[in-house]
Amino acid sequence: MFKILKKEELSDLVILFEIEAQDIAKKAKAGNFFTLRINEQGERIPLTIADFDRDRGTITTVFQKMGKTTHLLGALNAGDSIMDVIGPLGMHSHIENFGKVICVGGGVGIAPTYPIARALREAGNTVISIIGARTKNLIFWEDRMRNVSDELIIVTDDGSLGRKAVVTVPLDERLTEDKDIELAYAIGPAIMMKFVCVTTQKHNVKTIVSLNSIMVDATGMCGACRVEVGGETKFACVDGPEFEGHKVDFDLLMSRQRMYVNEEKIAFERYKEKSGVK
Amino acid sequence: MEEKKEDKEPKKRVNMREQEPLVRARNFMEVPYGYNPEEAVAEASRCLSCLNPICRKGCPVAIDIPSFVKLIKEGRFIEAAWKIKEDNALPAVCGRVCPQEIQCESMCILGKKGEPVAIGNLERFVADYEREKGEVQIPGRPKLSGRKIAIIGSGPAGLSCAADLIKSGHQVTLFEALHKPGGVLIYGIPEFRLPKAIVEKEVDYISKLGVKVVLNAVIGKLFTIDELFSEQGYDACFIATGAGLPMFLGIPGENLNGIYSANEFLTRANLMKAYLFPEYDTPIKKGRNVAVFGGGNVAMDSARVALRLGAEKVHLIYRRSEAEMPARKAETHHAREEGVEFLMLTNPVRFIDDGKGNVCAVECQKMELGEPDTSGRRKPVPVKGSEFQIEIDVAIPAIGTRSNPLLTKTIPDLSLNKRGYIIADEETGMTSKKGVFAGGDIITGSATVILAMGAGRKAAKAINEYLKWKYWDTSRFVGQ
Ligand SMILES: Cc1cc2nc3c(=O)[nH]c(=O)nc-3n(C[C@H](O)[C@H](O)[C@H](O)COP(=O)(O)OP(=O)(O)OC[C@H]3O[C@@H](n4cnc5c(N)ncnc54)[C@H](O)[C@@H]3O)c2cc1C
Ligand SMILES: Cc1cc2nc3c(=O)[nH]c(=O)nc-3n(C[C@H](O)[C@H](O)[C@H](O)COP(=O)(O)OP(=O)(O)OC[C@H]3O[C@@H](n4cnc5c(N)ncnc54)[C@H](O)[C@@H]3O)c2cc1C
Ligand code: FES
Repeated sequence: MFKILKKEELSDLVILFEIEAQDIAKKAKAGNFFTLRINEQGERIPLTIADFDRDRGTITTVFQKMGKTTHLLGALNAGDSIMDVIGPLGMHSHIENFGKVICVGGGVGIAPTYPIARALREAGNTVISIIGARTKNLIFWEDRMRNVSDELIIVTDDGSLGRKAVVTVPLDERLTEDKDIELAYAIGPAIMMKFVCVTTQKHNVKTIVSLNSIMVDATGMCGACRVEVGGETKFACVDGPEFEGHKVDFDLLMSRQRMYVNEEKIAFERYKEKSGVK
Repeated sequence: MEEKKEDKEPKKRVNMREQEPLVRARNFMEVPYGYNPEEAVAEASRCLSCLNPICRKGCPVAIDIPSFVKLIKEGRFIEAAWKIKEDNALPAVCGRVCPQEIQCESMCILGKKGEPVAIGNLERFVADYEREKGEVQIPGRPKLSGRKIAIIGSGPAGLSCAADLIKSGHQVTLFEALHKPGGVLIYGIPEFRLPKAIVEKEVDYISKLGVKVVLNAVIGKLFTIDELFSEQGYDACFIATGAGLPMFLGIPGENLNGIYSANEFLTRANLMKAYLFPEYDTPIKKGRNVAVFGGGNVAMDSARVALRLGAEKVHLIYRRSEAEMPARKAETHHAREEGVEFLMLTNPVRFIDDGKGNVCAVECQKMELGEPDTSGRRKPVPVKGSEFQIEIDVAIPAIGTRSNPLLTKTIPDLSLNKRGYIIADEETGMTSKKGVFAGGDIITGSATVILAMGAGRKAAKAINEYLKWKYWDTSRFVGQ
C-alpha cells in the first residue's frame, strides 16, 4: 500500500498528490512515469512523476479527472492509500546543455513539463516555457514554471488568463524571432503535440514529445502501448515515452487512444451512478 | 467410473469427468473436475509397478513416480503428495499443465499397447487432495545462515528456487515486477486451465516458509543488480524473468485497434480480470469474429479465452499443418470440441482498416508444405493467387515471445546470446557475472513450467555451493 501524504486541488479537474514511495523517489528522474492500481478491481494507469523528494521519500503526480479511474483516484484524500504503485518507468529525459530550448506544456501536461524544464535549466540551458489550457482555472504551477524558466508565456483558448491563443501561436513567433533555439519539448494532449510538431518542423527545430498511449503492464511485455515512430513500431512504455516528434504518427496514436471509448463510457456511467458524482 | 474387470486384460484408463464442451466454452471455470478418491485408486491400480520404471526417466525433474503411484493405490494420498514434493514444488500446477504425453506418460509400458497410466491426473489429484484437506506441511525454519539471496521474477523458476533456498536457512527475497506473483501461471495461462486460487496457494506456501515477496518491483528500474549486491547486501541473485516480450507478425495494419499480442489479450483477461468488466475496470474487446495466429499452447489459450468472452466465431490460423502444431494434443482437442475453427496452411498477409482505425478483415494466403527447414519441419510456402479475406473484429498474433531487455540491458557485464537470452550453465545456472545465476525461459526461450521449475531447483543447489566457496569460473563465457 502506498500512502497519499498530501492532496491539492489545482483546479476543478486537476489534482496533485504527494505519495509516499521511498524507493521510487530515490531513482526517479525527469521524464519517468509510474503506474498505479487503486484497488483489487482497478485497472493499471500510467501517470508522470511530476516531482520527487528523495529526502522525504515522496513522488508528486498531477492528474486530470477524465473517466472512472482518475475520478476514483481524485476522490481519495491525504491519509488514504493506493494499492499498487510501480516505477520509475520509461526512459528518462535526455538532458544536456543544448543552449536555448523551448518547453511547451498543455493542460495537465504542464505538470510533466516542469521537471524537464527544471533539469534543462540546471544543465545550463536558457529555457523559454509556454503553458496553455482551455481556460484560466485549468492553468496551474505558474509560479513553479516561472522559477525554472528564463521566460514564461501563458495562453488560454478563451483569453481568461494570459494571451488568448493556442500554444502554437507564441511558439511560431518565438521560433521565427529566436533562430538559436536548438530544441523543443512538448507535452500535452496528442493533438497539441501534433500541431507543435507541425510548427517546429517548419522551423527545423528538433522536438521531443511524450506519448500517452494506452498501457497495461508498462514494462514491455504486452505491446498495448505500441506507437509508430519513423515507420517503426515502438513500445511507448519502454522505448519512450519520449520520442522525436517529427517522426511520430500522431493520427495512429489518437486512433489507438480511442480504442475503448465505449467501455470507458460504461465504466464511468456506472461509477457516477454508484458514487453520486455528476 | 470404469467397471472393474478381474481378468488380466489391461484396464481402460479412468478419464477425468469434464464440463460439457458447449457449456464450458461460455464460462471461465476449470474444464476437468479431477478424480475422486475411488477414481484415483482405480487409475493408480493400473500401474504395473515395473521393476525398472522408465516413466521416471521421462520426467524432467525425475519425480519418484512409482512410489507416489503406489501410495495412491494404498489410499495414502497425503503421503503421495509429499513424495512428489520432494522433487516438484508445484504439483497442483504441473499435474494440470505439463505435457505428460511427451514426458513421463510417453515412457509408460502400458502405453505400448493401450493407454499409459494417467500420471498427470494422479499428480493433480493428490496435490488437490492435500490442499483441500488442509494438511499442507510447513516445515520448521532451519538455522539461519546469515546469507541473503535476491530472486528476480516469480514464475515457476523463481518460486521453486526460493522454496529450496529458504529451506537452506538463507534470507530470500522474491522481487516481482507485476502486482501479483506467479509469472505466466498468473498472467498467461487462463483460469479454466489453471485456477488462480491454486497458484495463490502455492505462493502463499512459499511465503509461509519465510520467503519475502516484494511485488511491484521492476528490477533494472527500481534497483539494479549491482545495487542489490552493494547497497542491499545480497550475496547472490537468481534471474528468472521469463521470455515476456511479445512478437508480432510484422505485416501491414498490425497496429489497428482490435489487434492484440497474445500476451496483452491474456494479461487483460487473466491478470486484470477483464472478463469480469465492468465489475473489474480493465476493458477488453469482445470480438464477434476473432482470428488467432499461431499453433502453440498460447494460441489455443487465446482462442479459448476469446470464445469464453462471447465470440461467435474463432478462427485459429496456422501456416503449417496440424501435425506440426506445437500445442499439447489435449489443448487442440479441447479447443476443437469447444468450437474453435482450425484454418491450417494459412498465413496472414495484411490487416484491413474499417476506415475508423479498427481492424475489419484479414487477408490470408494459402500455404503448402515444401522441404524440411532447420527445425526439421516442412517449410510452408505460399500458393500463388490463393489470397482470400476473413471478416474479423479482433486479431491475436500468438507467434511466440522473446527476452525482454528491460533488466538485461542494465547489466553490462552479463553475457547474452544473439537473441538476447542470458547465457548460463545448464546444470548450475551460473552466468558470466559473479554471484548472478539465471534459469527458466530467460535462458531457454519459451519452454515449459516443469523445465523452469527444474532450473530453479538446480540453481538453488548451485547457489548453496557458491555461498560456501564463493568460487566463480567465468573463463567459459569469454568470447561468447
Ligand atoms: C506515460 C504516460 C504518462 C501519463 N501521465 C499523465 C499525467 O501525469 N497526468 C494525467 O492526468 N494523465 C496522464 N496520463 C494519461 C492517464 O493515464 C489517463 O488519463 C488515464 O489512464 C485515464 O483513465 P480514466 O479511467 O480516468 O479515463 P478513461 O475514461 O478510462 O480514459 C480516458 C482516456 O485516457 C486514456 N487511457 C485510458 N486508459 C488508459 C491506460 N490504461 N493507460 C493510458 N491511457 C489510458 C485513453 O486514451 C482514454 O481515451 C499519462 C499517460 C501515459 C501513457
Ligand atoms: C499462455 C501460455 C500458456 C502456456 N501453457 C503451458 C503449458 O500448458 N504447459 C507448460 O509446461 N508450459 C506452458 N507455458 C510455458 C510456461 O508457462 C513457461 O515456460 C514458464 O512459465 C517459464 O517460467 P519462468 O519462471 O522462466 O518465467 P515466467 O513464468 O515468465 O515468469 C517470469 C516473471 O518474472 C517477472 N519479471 C520479468 N522481468 C522482471 C523484472 N525486471 N523485475 C522483476 N520481475 C520481472 C515477470 O513479471 C514474471 O512474473 C505457457 C506459456 C504461456 C505464455
Ligand atoms: S504497456 Fe505493455 S508493453 Fe507497453
